Amino acid sequence: MGYKNRVAVVGAGLTRFMRRALETPKELAFEAASAALEDAGLTIADIDCVVSVSAPDAFDGVHMKGEYFADGAGAWGKPYMRTYVGGGSGVFSLISGWYHIASGHFDTCLVVAEEKMSAALPHPQGCFNAIYDQFTERPLGVNLLWIFALEMNRYMQTYGIPMETFARVAQKNKRNGMDHPSAQPGIAGDFTIQSILDSEVMVWPVHRQMVSPISDGAGAMVLTSESFARRLSKPPVWIEGVGWNLDTSYWTDRDLCYPTYVEKAARMAYEMAGVTNPRRDIHVAEPYDPFAYKELHHLEGLLLADRGQAPRLAEEGFWDRDTETGIPASPSGGLLGVGNPIAASGVMKLAEIYWQLQGQAGARQVRREVRRGLAQGWGDLMQVGTVVILGK
Amino acid sequence: MKPFSGTSLTDHALTTGEVLLTYWKVKAEYQWDAGLAMSTYLNGLKQGKLLGIHCPQCRRTLIPPRVFCELCFRPLDQWVELANIGKINTYSVSYVNWDATRRQTPEVPAVIEIDGASPGMGILHLMGEVGDTLEAITRRLKVGTPVQAVWKPDSEREGAITDIRYFRPIG
Repeated sequence: MGYKNRVAVVGAGLTRFMRRALETPKELAFEAASAALEDAGLTIADIDCVVSVSAPDAFDGVHMKGEYFADGAGAWGKPYMRTYVGGGSGVFSLISGWYHIASGHFDTCLVVAEEKMSAALPHPQGCFNAIYDQFTERPLGVNLLWIFALEMNRYMQTYGIPMETFARVAQKNKRNGMDHPSAQPGIAGDFTIQSILDSEVMVWPVHRQMVSPISDGAGAMVLTSESFARRLSKPPVWIEGVGWNLDTSYWTDRDLCYPTYVEKAARMAYEMAGVTNPRRDIHVAEPYDPFAYKELHHLEGLLLADRGQAPRLAEEGFWDRDTETGIPASPSGGLLGVGNPIAASGVMKLAEIYWQLQGQAGARQVRREVRRGLAQGWGDLMQVGTVVILGK
Repeated sequence: MKPFSGTSLTDHALTTGEVLLTYWKVKAEYQWDAGLAMSTYLNGLKQGKLLGIHCPQCRRTLIPPRVFCELCFRPLDQWVELANIGKINTYSVSYVNWDATRRQTPEVPAVIEIDGASPGMGILHLMGEVGDTLEAITRRLKVGTPVQAVWKPDSEREGAITDIRYFRPIG
């Protein structure tokens, strides 16, 4: 397909992730945007347009919050848009920034993801009840965790996956998160499998230590055209492929043991990137992991494992950060190990792939050589898949 | 890389006045028209029937029903009465409420594939008569367990999904 511009990532920045931040959404956005600009060696004057992402306005109790925090995102006096696909928004933010530049219309784009979940009382989970159908589901007294517990049990029972395997995924990500400078206090750590299995059952089979926390935080990245990137001192990382796809909102009619929407998004991105064999060509992955089972589910949808085989590979250490023959998954620590400020967590995953490719991931740097990696998001009513492939 | 910024608050800071707060309560109420498909479906529930709709093009019988097929994108109007029985596609055992408070006795939401609908077509509902401990419930219920709707009596049904009290395992 004929795009006007090849698009580069030239900078990334995050705030810390916190259960409750003192900073307002505008202030969080400003901190992340400033860190990304500094990493790129640019100032706001170099930015042609701004894209932002954030989850439902209901968290903040501020209508059109994208406009509310736009000043903190550096959007004053610039073409600006907020895009939103639920939990998939963080990864989608780079797709949205990509088409601004790929179109040839802009040379630079600042992408800002902000999330402040903590303000909603009595608990931000309540904001999600409105995603359920108002006639056939909400009158049953729903809560958000039901839908994920239902999906996890379907996946478990279809393939006979032991609970220990999900605990192992949580253990890996929480260990990886110990080396992440944004990790939310109390989330990362070296937990035993037994302590994860012994953690409180929230909605069986989901245990507390297998679910990501409520978080506040922000992330930002700077995208430029190829010609602009060539003038900068740092070698750029390229956006090689983008894909996104939406499944039906009749979720009780879907095959809950396989995320078809992720596969469709991945195939779109692989085709654009010229990836014909993902297990050979993808060297590091950041699958969306708000729940431990979701990392495995998504690795299968990304075609990095056969259906039902991601759990066995987890047991063999195939997804571990220090693997030499496997594909490290969530080396950042993921949402389970760093935290889950919804839109910002997708940008945290993209930033991790960027830093891994730049060799800047410090203690989190994977052992195997990496030339190409991907980040994937998921959200809406368990129905959207978003995939970005970065390469150098 | 320099450390990232952000000021993490403790519960103590929030309750002692160390951090200033402001508060707002939303009052939002909505009244939804049931629409074309749901009006028929909810009327069916009032009469003690589960209704699906058939797509002749895709040869699928759909529940919950809709007046268009999202696959072939054609209008649908072939209503079909489905059985009061089905089987468990998946279930879970919920110990938390929507506001994250703990429940003493769990709720058991399930996706139930309804007999007469196409394979894999199900609805969300609650299970009953399954015990009240995790051990008892997970012993009693499996993927594929046959279940039956337990309806409210005629006089109490109002055209809502809650006209079915719950589904119970059979056999």
